[in-house]
Amino acid sequence: MAEAGYPDDLRYHDQHDWVRIEGGTATFGITWYAQDTLGEVVFFEPPEVGTTLTKDSAYAEVESVKAVSDVIAPMSGEVTEVNDALADSPERINEDPYGEGWLVKVTLSHPEEAEALLSAAEYQKLLDR
Amino acid sequence: MRTPFYEQHLELGAKLVPFAGWKMPVLYEGIREEHTAVRTHAGMFDVSHMGEVEVEGPGALAFLQLVLSNDVAKIAVGGAQYSCICNESGGVVDDVFAYRLGSDRYLIVTNAANHATDLQWLGRWSRDYDVAVRDVADRYAMLAVQGPHARAVLASTLKIDLPERFHVAAHNVGRRPALICGTGYTGEDGVEMLIDPEVAIPIFKELRLAGVVPCGLGARDTLRLEVCYPLHGNELTPERNPIEADLGWCCKEETGFLGSPAVAAARAAGTAERLAPFTIEGAGIPRAGNPVLGERGEQVGVVTSGTFAPSLELGAGMAYVRADLAAPGTEVEIDVRGKRRPARIASKPLYSR
Repeated sequence: MAEAGYPDDLRYHDQHDWVRIEGGTATFGITWYAQDTLGEVVFFEPPEVGTTLTKDSAYAEVESVKAVSDVIAPMSGEVTEVNDALADSPERINEDPYGEGWLVKVTLSHPEEAEALLSAAEYQKLLDR
Repeated sequence: MRTPFYEQHLELGAKLVPFAGWKMPVLYEGIREEHTAVRTHAGMFDVSHMGEVEVEGPGALAFLQLVLSNDVAKIAVGGAQYSCICNESGGVVDDVFAYRLGSDRYLIVTNAANHATDLQWLGRWSRDYDVAVRDVADRYAMLAVQGPHARAVLASTLKIDLPERFHVAAHNVGRRPALICGTGYTGEDGVEMLIDPEVAIPIFKELRLAGVVPCGLGARDTLRLEVCYPLHGNELTPERNPIEADLGWCCKEETGFLGSPAVAAARAAGTAERLAPFTIEGAGIPRAGNPVLGERGEQVGVVTSGTFAPSLELGAGMAYVRADLAAPGTEVEIDVRGKRRPARIASKPLYSR
């Protein structure tokens, strides 16, 4: 498992997702806290490429041995790529949640939604509460 | 409630969850590695939440023949036997192990969630018998040590002769009287130890130093599911009889136990549904409550337990399905949160070495 951490260059959603924004596109994933709470991920059910995601709505599922959890879209947009490697190695979500464990790449339809997301420091404050 | 091992769980950083009124460890490091430790080496489980009831007196055998479904007369002193406790309609009140400690003294190990109900039930039916029914749950800490190396590790650390499978022996553990039972809930060899709560943590620490891996209820559930042991509350309920639960082997109707006429009738006529194990073909993890679908998409059953099975590396579970679809090899579908997942009825156990 990865060490606990929340990179400063990412934006965070309070439902424990992270976003890496690069111009009009973004990469989504779940945070260290989310994967730690869930436990060893054994299955990732991705959306299809082309799916329209709506901010704050579920777009995928991650399952551990014991539990299933919806993944919430931190921003709106259209899925352009899913992390196919997770089909065979879903444990990458635990091992490297901000790197090889990324979930989807998205073309953002409302880039201004980023303003409502949290910084790493704000997200950690939320976790400490 | 806290078991005698509670402080130890905290010290190890276990993830604790409420279970039948107890704070129990669901995992320490991870369900998968704990599961694998039991399949390949040795793991230990705090199962002190399980209840113990002592039944003693000249009428003990006759009383137990009434309330337990198996033929209790077959248990020799030092023996153990699995049974159902049935209600008058043949429904399963609980499933238990009975250990014969003396010629007219038995210990019944109950499920945590049913302990109070069982006590009331046994108390009620014992009135006409010359027998004492005592709740002795507080007397014991219960530690299950399971795995292919469990006996070797225990023999070298505790320096005692371990009972064979389905036997029980009295020994001192930590210099206090204890009962060692050759039983378990994992499909692996091993024992369940009833020890003095005062020595619970020192014994746990000693076994850990000897390489026994602490395991939580999460791994206990995946281990038992892979070998198709039923769990009361999931596969077994007061509304289901042992025949449909595939527990006809532990029901001996000729003993005249409570509910035996209903069980005999179910055995003779067959039941509308049968409990059957299944595996998912491909992706998807079934969960309790998922509908089982037939070839036209109609509901033909319901999943009672489902999980990712670590030793099989696929989704698997048990379900009540229409009796004509319960044969191994039958293709069905499981509705996993709206997605139809192809599955196949399997034979017991799903996992064997």
